[in-house]
Amino acid sequence: MALVDQKKIRNFCIIAHIDHGKSTLADRIIEMTGLLTSREMQSQVLDNMDLERERGITIKSQAVRTVYRAKDGEEYIFNLIDTPGHVDFNYEVSRSLAACDGAILVVDAAQGIEAQTLANVYLALDHDLDVFPVINKIDLPSARPDWVENEIEDVIGIEAHDAPRISAKTGLNVEDVLEAIVEKIPAPAGDPEAPLQALIFDSLYDSYKGVIVFCRIKEGTVKKGTRIRMMATGAEEEVVEVGYFGAGQFFPCDELSAGMVGYVTASIKNVKDTRVGDTITDAKRPCQEPLPGYKKVTPMVYCGLYPADGAKYNDLREALEKLQLNDASLFFEPETSIALGFGFRCGFLGLLHLEIIQERLEREYNLDLVTTAPSVVYRVHKKNGEMIELTNPTNLPDPTEIEYMEEPIVRAEIMVTTEFVGAIMTLCQERRGTYLGMEYMEETRALLKYDLPLNEIIYDFFDALKSRSRGYASFDYDMKGYEQSTLVKLDILINREEVDALSFIVHADSAYERGRRMCEKLKEEIPRHLFEIPIQAAVGGKIIARETVKAMRKDVLAKCYGGDISRKKKLLEKQKEGKKRMRQVGSVEIPQKAFMSVLKLDDE
Amino acid sequence: MNKRELELYLHIPFCIRKCAYCDFLSFPAPERLYKQYVDKLIEEIYGQWKNFQQYRVTTIFVGGGTPSILPGELMEELFAVLYECFDVAEDAEITVEANPGTLTMEKLEVYRQSGVNRLSIGLQSADDQELKYLGRIHSYDEFLKSYQRARQAGFTNINVDLMSALPGQDLHSWKTTLRKVMMLKPEHISAYSLMIEEGTPFYARFGEDGCAGCSSRDEGDQRIQTGRDIKGTDMNLDALPDLPDEETDRAMYHLTRELMAAHGYSRYEISNYARAGYECRHNKGYWTGVEYLGLGLGASSYTFNHRYHNTEDLAEYLSLDLSQAGAAAQDIQELTLEERMEEFMFLGLRLMDGVDGSLFLERFGQNMWNVYGDVIRRLESRGLLKVELPKVQLTELGIDVSNVVLSEFLLDEGI
Repeated sequence: MALVDQKKIRNFCIIAHIDHGKSTLADRIIEMTGLLTSREMQSQVLDNMDLERERGITIKSQAVRTVYRAKDGEEYIFNLIDTPGHVDFNYEVSRSLAACDGAILVVDAAQGIEAQTLANVYLALDHDLDVFPVINKIDLPSARPDWVENEIEDVIGIEAHDAPRISAKTGLNVEDVLEAIVEKIPAPAGDPEAPLQALIFDSLYDSYKGVIVFCRIKEGTVKKGTRIRMMATGAEEEVVEVGYFGAGQFFPCDELSAGMVGYVTASIKNVKDTRVGDTITDAKRPCQEPLPGYKKVTPMVYCGLYPADGAKYNDLREALEKLQLNDASLFFEPETSIALGFGFRCGFLGLLHLEIIQERLEREYNLDLVTTAPSVVYRVHKKNGEMIELTNPTNLPDPTEIEYMEEPIVRAEIMVTTEFVGAIMTLCQERRGTYLGMEYMEETRALLKYDLPLNEIIYDFFDALKSRSRGYASFDYDMKGYEQSTLVKLDILINREEVDALSFIVHADSAYERGRRMCEKLKEEIPRHLFEIPIQAAVGGKIIARETVKAMRKDVLAKCYGGDISRKKKLLEKQKEGKKRMRQVGSVEIPQKAFMSVLKLDDE
Repeated sequence: MNKRELELYLHIPFCIRKCAYCDFLSFPAPERLYKQYVDKLIEEIYGQWKNFQQYRVTTIFVGGGTPSILPGELMEELFAVLYECFDVAEDAEITVEANPGTLTMEKLEVYRQSGVNRLSIGLQSADDQELKYLGRIHSYDEFLKSYQRARQAGFTNINVDLMSALPGQDLHSWKTTLRKVMMLKPEHISAYSLMIEEGTPFYARFGEDGCAGCSSRDEGDQRIQTGRDIKGTDMNLDALPDLPDEETDRAMYHLTRELMAAHGYSRYEISNYARAGYECRHNKGYWTGVEYLGLGLGASSYTFNHRYHNTEDLAEYLSLDLSQAGAAAQDIQELTLEERMEEFMFLGLRLMDGVDGSLFLERFGQNMWNVYGDVIRRLESRGLLKVELPKVQLTELGIDVSNVVLSEFLLDEGI
């Protein structure tokens, strides 16, 4: 006998475009279901990392269980499963959705539908979730709820005439949402007596409990002592504790049975063993099949991370190891650069993921980092039939050994108001996009579909998109696959020495342009030395662009009397400080930020 | 009793008109302020002297601004108080800065009577057009008259200030200026390469590229607060010709040393040249760690192992109770042993004589080669320093890029 009545459980998530009010609504739901008093509320309970709060996004998914006493007098258990809000974490989103039975779609009453709204809705529908819309921010002067209601019905094709019109910020009409959850989201199904089948949708490392696995029990029951097996990774452990997560803390319980959402701990040491999307089963009485949809998440973007101070190499390694305990999608391995010394080649889900990790390393672990230009994973097909997945441009084989190369392509959907369609199409052309089509969502907005090479969008595509549409365009993408492409390695020579950390892969057609701009950028970044420094860009040993940093002839303070001494010292200190942030390559000192120059090539 | 050595600096912040390149603490002011200011300066002297009874004053330097703008009797009064309060050595070097156009025979005689034995005259250029570009108030001719008057008054130790790398200046015109001045046989010549300082009209015109030391400036650096509006200048900045390029600048500098040497002047510091025996003792004190007491608006001091300077706000200076010693002092910093060693190196190396390892040992009880051996050898191998034991000196190349060299002598924390 299950301890909890399955019919009284509602497993759901909130989906929304960024900034449409997902976290605020989650806060309200948690607050109004009374598990926490207002006093206990932090402003955004689900986002428990400072970094996330600053960026206004949620990185790791989590599930919160609350209890709601509905108007019918019954108590319902709400499991609110939070989903990450960025395209980098699409796979995690899909697994979180798979743990739910329904979804609340939040649409901003002023903004209407955006690219991510659509992408998320389609994803939810793919998972057979019942989606009901909520129109948020109706307290804004610019709110147009009627218009948004029509848009939801026309564009997405789901009923919206009875969509609650709310202000999550003020709490207005949020109770309607609670009732709608009870009414519109189906109760879970599943047999508590069947063999255990549980979906992992998140896991995190805790130094006391080991890995804490968040899962949705689809079939069967798990309790303390159950010997569980992760079906994809094969890891097996005995369960130490089961329970659920209630705003900010863990509540152990006796068992989790079909339909429930909660956590399991089993003295697992590494999140690598508990991959998101994997199925947990009972090792003694395994289920027939794992749940569908598991895939091993692979990094899409790689870059080199080096400690600014070479002596901090071990600190960096330890910090990466710690982060990896909680983030199975973070990859790293040692690498050496002639220019930068000892460091790590790191793989990330996307550029945002990279930035988050980089910031956490700098902020939480107090490390000063030099980052090399991010690169996607290229496939190099050699004449001998071998295929290499290239994550570091330096490792590109000799061109004579290469049959052909492939690069990753994404399918992108860009939603933009019609006045900017031209500008955005131009941008996509510049980025080697293949136009697939355009749909008008309504008179003033269009959805552009493009195939784009991933390496064209990882640097600054999002910024360019925003600036060319005055902030109105939104963007979402999916990996499409690999396509053959004419790619070359662009090398940079400083004072006639190749600087490995500055090499990058580029499409042959843009090699000259990028090489030229790279030289110009480096000329700005590299300070004058006592000698002249040529900066050259080369492809396959052939120089295609050159700039020169002129020799410094004069750096002298003509006057230094009694009143000048303190000031003079400040000047010298600054000079010395500046030098510390330099990397010695041959006899040239290169500022650390120069290694990120390639990212700024498109600055106007 | 063996007294310690002290130098005195007195600042007179007034000038007739601010020059377009000048970032010194100086400004035109109504004449009634002169007396008020000198009274305040005297109050400060009375407030300070008691702390320096163990000292003998070996040099006095009255700088500005344009000190010679003061009426003779004020200068006379000032010196009278100084002699009253301080033990001034018999053979003290006593300098007053003067600008052509303000130097009357009457003032010169007062200076002589007050014990002033050295004059420092700001000429900058012997080319009237260049003087105009600089915003100077005098012509070369007026300088000549002032110079001759000073000789007539009996001054046997005169410095002339010159500047190279001026807007529109070429190598030939600089050579002409040097020749004209050397013909007069002053005992001392200061020849600076023009520095474009932030906050000056020249900075507005030539910008950061022409700016030697500005990158080091903190925004809040008080030296910049000279209370002057750039727009207030009556000069048409756009009409200024360009600065000579770096190559020309260095060519001028190198030419200076050669010409000077040929005329009996030897370079003893990056920008200073003198005939034998006439090196400026006061300035050498700054570079060799002699203690100095600065009196007056904005004046800097290095006493009892502390560096500080007086307020640069005239209204504040005039309102403070300066009979309390140190009432105007700001940015007070005590020097650590490391900082003293750093200063020993980066100031001492400005002198062509360089730094002396045995003096280092004597002063700090540490071997210079233990502290700086690596740095010295590295810079020597790059041709920036030359080592002639026990001395270390800048090379010609080292002078040109001396900031690069001198910054190497700053120590990492916690040696």
